[in-house]
Amino acid sequence: MAEERIDVRKTYKMYIGGNFPRTESGRTYKALDSEGNLLANACQGSRKDFRDAVKIARGAFDGWSSRSAYNRGQILYRIAEMLEDRRDQFMKELGPIGFTTAEAEADINAAIDRLIYYAGWTDKYQQVFGSVNPVASSHFNFSMLEPTGVVAAFAPENSPLLGLVSVIAPIIAGGNTCIVLASEEYPLPAISFAEVLNSSDVPGGVVNILTGFREELAEHFSSHMDVNAMCYTDDLPKEMKKTIDENASLNVKRIVKRPVDDWYDEEAQSPYFVTDFQETKTTWHPVGF
Amino acid sequence: MSHTETKEAAYKPTSPNSKLDFQSVWEYAPAPQDADFAEVKEQYDLFIGGKFVEPSKGRYFKSTNPATEEEITEFAEATQKDVDKAVKAARKAYEGEWSSMSGKERGKYLYRIARMLQERAREFAVLESMDGGKPIRESRDVDIPLVAAYFFYYAGWADKLEYAFPGKKPEPYGVCGQIIPWNFPLLMLAWKIAPALATGNTVVLKPAETTSLTALKFAELVKDCGLPDGVINIVTGAGQTGSEIVNHKDIDKVAFTGSTNVGKIIQKSLAGTDKKYTLELGGKGALVIFEDAPIDQAVEGIINAIYFNQGHVCCAGSRLLVQEGVADKVIQKLKDRLETMIVGDPLDKNTDIGAINSKEQFETVNKYLEMGVDEGADIYQAKCDIPENGYFIRPTLFTNVSQSNRVVQEEIFGPVLTVQTFRTADEGIEKANNTPYGLANGVWTDKGSKIFKMGSKMRSGVVWANTYNKFDPTSPFGGYKESGVGREGGMHGLAAYIKN
Repeated sequence: MAEERIDVRKTYKMYIGGNFPRTESGRTYKALDSEGNLLANACQGSRKDFRDAVKIARGAFDGWSSRSAYNRGQILYRIAEMLEDRRDQFMKELGPIGFTTAEAEADINAAIDRLIYYAGWTDKYQQVFGSVNPVASSHFNFSMLEPTGVVAAFAPENSPLLGLVSVIAPIIAGGNTCIVLASEEYPLPAISFAEVLNSSDVPGGVVNILTGFREELAEHFSSHMDVNAMCYTDDLPKEMKKTIDENASLNVKRIVKRPVDDWYDEEAQSPYFVTDFQETKTTWHPVGF
Repeated sequence: MSHTETKEAAYKPTSPNSKLDFQSVWEYAPAPQDADFAEVKEQYDLFIGGKFVEPSKGRYFKSTNPATEEEITEFAEATQKDVDKAVKAARKAYEGEWSSMSGKERGKYLYRIARMLQERAREFAVLESMDGGKPIRESRDVDIPLVAAYFFYYAGWADKLEYAFPGKKPEPYGVCGQIIPWNFPLLMLAWKIAPALATGNTVVLKPAETTSLTALKFAELVKDCGLPDGVINIVTGAGQTGSEIVNHKDIDKVAFTGSTNVGKIIQKSLAGTDKKYTLELGGKGALVIFEDAPIDQAVEGIINAIYFNQGHVCCAGSRLLVQEGVADKVIQKLKDRLETMIVGDPLDKNTDIGAINSKEQFETVNKYLEMGVDEGADIYQAKCDIPENGYFIRPTLFTNVSQSNRVVQEEIFGPVLTVQTFRTADEGIEKANNTPYGLANGVWTDKGSKIFKMGSKMRSGVVWANTYNKFDPTSPFGGYKESGVGREGGMHGLAAYIKN
């Protein structure tokens, strides 16, 4: 009689700088399925993990923001291709945490299409939102958008794949790099999505994904002096919001709050999610012989 | 061999007369691009309603390789009945699946086309060079990558049109008739088809009769992509076929790229109808070189402006206007640079200038060469060897020309540059603008403010500053005056396919 095969389970670690390290703190917490059974131990990321990730995201910024818009578009499209290819993996991931088969399929479809939507924006938002300004003096004057820099984000709590993708895509489409805290209760799809990123052509450090607790990390996300913007889409507790807003004033961090109820809605995708993380630069140049 | 030694002895790292003397130092060994893997059928039919169909009159015409004068394949001649069939297929597709499909899904088909073109890029590059005579380096590094890029760019617009047209509900025209030239066969196809499909139109496209091969290979690719039948229809033939498309009652919009003469005929034949049209026509671009320009960079720019693609470029910089103080220096450097150019086998990776596209065009350019000399100009041609067979012309300069010479006034569409001088910026502008054309101009100077001043004064749809012949899907392209109406490329290029 053949021996019953014991399956090999995946270790879920974080995603920093194109690698999958464990948290330096050595702490984990339990990621459970919808019936309360253990799915895996997730890393409980620390302040130090976040600080490491910021350093890496800053290092990746110059290269990523210097990529041509066309190239960034190709890479976002590549992520979509890879996600399409790994549908089954995400079906398995979403099922145990309460998605019906139809819901999981819809979630994955929408996530893929959202990546393609933003792939298309990379070389278009500049044309739509940039301008040539008819100043009265003899100058050629134009305004263009440039990425804000390093963005820290809380991914939505209740949309562990589609919501996560919807937050990351517009940030990186515009040439920023980011550190994203995955859904606290459902952290595993985010780490599997990191595997998708890692097998696309996204350079290491452009997207960094941590798992852990908002309560602990909100303070650090918002107070870090080398983070240029912070974004969240959930309705956070009042106290946490206040902390984030106050800390932002330390280095004039841009705080982007975009409350989204339904990630399937067309309203949940927009070029304004891209321009939220852009700065306008205006150049003056004389005209004359 | 003993002469190798003498060559080595003669080698000097920097030559006192500034000549770019490469050939006495080393010779270029042949570097042929493998072409066997690119499959060409003996005969190609018309692509209508998602199927390859025989032409109703059963007539085919031959296509030759202009570098060898050998026959490559033959194409079907589409007559009135075939064009009608193609328009009907396009109408059916428009009224069926295509116009009810969301922009998001339409875009996905265009992304598929872009991706598959990238995958098969080398094959298309080889076929483009075989059929049209352009150097493989250009078809491989310029034409085909841009083709994929245009599809990729417009794919992204399909679900974002409301952002391109604020305050307007963007709607397609319906069925577009598109006629393209032979100088950039597949690239012109991409310029036409990508924005038309992104905006929800369907098309009937006619490639030029001398360069239909890649369009039909593209049709095969379209089938592989699973695009709904009839969204893209490709009919082959000469001017008569084009005229059938333009004059067909059920065409909503005509897009034409080609000569100004034919453009005018099309504009006239559309008179009194409600059909919309965009025309990308000829040009006679000026290259204005100021005394403060970086001269070596300018010389490279001139070479690229006029000798790129054998000068078969509607926006070619075919009139050099050089400021007097540097004229002798620029002309000397240009002549030296011409001597380094390699004219020959389009499929050799070292080739700079390939074959003139067709016998007809070969004769036209030669006619202009004679005409220039008859008008009293001084002709200078590179002394390079050219192959015995095929249609090759050495890169040519005409100096001692005046504004009224026909070689200065008319579009030659070959590797022929005229050289004039100017003293003041105003004189430069006046000479640059003294043409019925207005497609593109170039300016070389190290002074930024002069670039913008020249840019604002030159009457052309494109101005290249310290560079030339640059193309990108995000950048609008098109002419002033008799160089055409409408723009292709960029967000502006969408407008050509949206009801106004």
